[in-house]
Amino acid sequence: MRKMSMNRVNTFIPEWMKKFYVGLILIFLYMPIIVLIGLSFNNSKYYVSFGGWTLKWYKRLFTDEIIRDAIATTLFIAIVSAACATIIGTCGVIGIERMRSKKVILAVSNIPLLNADIVTGVSMMLVFTRFLRLGTLSVLLAHITFEIPYVMLNVIPAFSRMDRDIYNAALDLGASRAQAFFKVIMPQLWPGILSGFLMAMTMSIDDFSITYFTRGAGVNTLSTMIYTQLKRGVNPSMYSLCTIMFLAVFVLLAITNLRDFQKTN
Amino acid sequence: MKRLSVWMVVLLLLVAAALGIGLFAKKGQYASDGLVVLNYGDYIAPGVVDMFEEETGIPVIYEEYETPESMYTKYSSHSINYDVICTSDYMTGKLIEEGQVLPLEWENIPNKRWINPVYDEYSASFDPDLRYSVPYFVGTVGILYNSDVVSRDEASSWNILWDEKYRGQIIMENSVRDSLIPALRLNGDSINDTSKKALDPALELLSLQKPLNYAYLSDDAMYEMIMGNANLALIYSGEANAAMLENEALDYEVPMEGSNLWIDSWFIPKSCAHKAQAEAFIDFMCRPDIAYMNWDHVYYTTPNTGVYDMLDEDEQSDEAMFPPNDVLRRCEVFRVLGDDEIRTLQELWKQLKTS
Amino acid sequence: MNRMSQKAAYPYIIWIVGFIIIPILYIFSYAVHDENGLTLKYVLSILWTVHRKPLFLSLYLAFICVIVCLIISIPLAIILRQVQSRIVIFLFMLPMWMNTILSILAWKLLLAPRGLLSHFLPSVSILNTVFATELGMIYDLLPFAIIPIHTAFAAIDEDVIRCAWDLGANRWQVFCKVMLPLARDGIVSAIVMVFVPALTSFVVSDMLGGGKVMLIGNVIEQEFTNLMDWHLGAGLSLVLMVFVLLSTFILDENEKNEYE
Repeated sequence: MRKMSMNRVNTFIPEWMKKFYVGLILIFLYMPIIVLIGLSFNNSKYYVSFGGWTLKWYKRLFTDEIIRDAIATTLFIAIVSAACATIIGTCGVIGIERMRSKKVILAVSNIPLLNADIVTGVSMMLVFTRFLRLGTLSVLLAHITFEIPYVMLNVIPAFSRMDRDIYNAALDLGASRAQAFFKVIMPQLWPGILSGFLMAMTMSIDDFSITYFTRGAGVNTLSTMIYTQLKRGVNPSMYSLCTIMFLAVFVLLAITNLRDFQKTN
Repeated sequence: MKRLSVWMVVLLLLVAAALGIGLFAKKGQYASDGLVVLNYGDYIAPGVVDMFEEETGIPVIYEEYETPESMYTKYSSHSINYDVICTSDYMTGKLIEEGQVLPLEWENIPNKRWINPVYDEYSASFDPDLRYSVPYFVGTVGILYNSDVVSRDEASSWNILWDEKYRGQIIMENSVRDSLIPALRLNGDSINDTSKKALDPALELLSLQKPLNYAYLSDDAMYEMIMGNANLALIYSGEANAAMLENEALDYEVPMEGSNLWIDSWFIPKSCAHKAQAEAFIDFMCRPDIAYMNWDHVYYTTPNTGVYDMLDEDEQSDEAMFPPNDVLRRCEVFRVLGDDEIRTLQELWKQLKTS
Repeated sequence: MNRMSQKAAYPYIIWIVGFIIIPILYIFSYAVHDENGLTLKYVLSILWTVHRKPLFLSLYLAFICVIVCLIISIPLAIILRQVQSRIVIFLFMLPMWMNTILSILAWKLLLAPRGLLSHFLPSVSILNTVFATELGMIYDLLPFAIIPIHTAFAAIDEDVIRCAWDLGANRWQVFCKVMLPLARDGIVSAIVMVFVPALTSFVVSDMLGGGKVMLIGNVIEQEFTNLMDWHLGAGLSLVLMVFVLLSTFILDENEKNEYE
């Protein structure tokens, strides 16, 4: 019965056209990525001309100090900022629960999520240049700020789904507040916290605009480094680095999704 | 089960990250102490900074910028205390006029003797007493053209940038002063003229030219020319030289109407906290073997006679690399502009870009 | 869940004040005063031709970008309803993990006159035009439209649709009267997620516009990094912020009304 009605909607358009349409969008989305992966194996330094296959750009990833620095900075900022944002954001979710001004506070903390990246970046630059030097720290602070709403976005649903009676039951049964918190509340929040952390990290790694305005001397994340290199010709090792990162995400997502895939079949 | 898989992902990521940081992080990367050097992007041979650190034991924090204006913004925001800066003539002059530059102690920079005195006359236009700056690289502004399509004759006049025949094949420099050079010179005005009388017709000329443009680019003009995406570019001689190495069809010409000679020099700003070390750095940059490494990488005209002497005759007679005297004579150095003049030019540029 | 737990929010609240409210006040103060005292000229400078034109161009491009993303995403979401596997939606999300600046660079290489696409579509060079900028924006933001719209359409109960059929609705009515209203939430959030970044973008136009496409984002970026006029930059940022918050607010209200 179910299948039938679905077919009724979908037989409107022939099957091959649907496949064609989906394929076309996939081609549009993947064309630049395929180009970049191709370039990472291209022997010629100049984008378009093909100079044979090579792995040298991959090898250089491990010897080029500037790239190593950028990778280290990017990961350092991503992990530390995501961790801080996760802690601050999660505590925030728990803490503002009962506050009367909860709605206002949430609206304000969502500003970086809604606002233009360029405005967020510029506003923080104005403050940082006044009160501290631009450097790794300023990028870190800026990243924590714009990641907090993403963390909360993930934690709030988990928190509102949480069963509070268990917490009170634990207290009644003689658990200390700390025990009740870590043994009862945290396990229920974990999935939300983790996805918040991962989302914050992803946002941090891909951010360009905010980092661009708040970074200091010699501090480069991968995005700002590539942007600076655009003018002088991008170091082809950047293609290989991004290919590796892309494939890593692909494999990770594939592994986590594979189980669902098998389940549905 | 589901939670377990998320956990595994996180664990894997964290392990990879920790490994990454452990393997890659350079010691002292986040240290704030060291000689802070500010230079144009990709304007030094790789390894030179390391050699300096090794030989002198002075740690260096090396920072790059794209345009003199962005350098000025960075410097004057005082968010970072720079020790040595390399930038272009008019910006060096501006900082000198503002009293932001410290005079150099020449006994600390013995290698200054290698710098060709021919350029003193030009340096004097922004550093009148030659007390503050040491030239690093010099060059001209001219036309890089594809000789399969454009003849040398055509390229020897700025008029070619207005030639309908080359619609969509022309690259202009993405900076107001450079793009004004052809327009001002065609009207017979000095490249330093900021009077309304000179700028109004120049803006008109540039607006006529805009539809013919492929793009306004900065350093990436070179790559577009190498790849053959455009056939003409208003470009610095340095980029032109590098492009000509890669694509034999390309040639460079400084048009007869006259152009600009630019000088990028090292100087020590007032924010410097390590003056002796900063001078040691400038001296190191002037040492012929180091200057040779930089020249070989950057491939701009070097004012270093020590490097010139190391070259063979072919290289010495390369006119795009070492401009002959008659070319130098028809070139002017950019003069330092006042704030009002800069604002006028910026307004003009915005008008052109949004027209 | 008592008094004590409220203390947990203190770092969060301090953070909001220090890194969101104060920076915005800073923008505000830079925008309305300079060394000569209070002034509105920086905010009103949006009316100058050189600022108005980029703002209108940004609004125009952002508008087109939203429309195109919706036109692509909605049919896709309907087609994907019959696909149960998460693998497919995963394929549409994956491109978001490629570095944005590199993907746009790849478009630049594809679209150049001697670029990779020129072998298939010769002599149509669109690099360094408004069109190329629009294309880059659509590419960059399409996944942000596909994901919420797909989620919304996938959540529509098949029985509801069957009901509509049984009551004699035709295809068009099913789509307009049943599916669209039910997917409204997802569509609205897709619009916000595409419109705001498109309106404020400066990187795509910088890379694919060849310096000939000036958007309001480019003007602001230039004021801060090259032209050294922070007051003017702040004034324009303030105007842009008002536009952004206003548009999200309107859409948000719209969404709420639906349920009240």
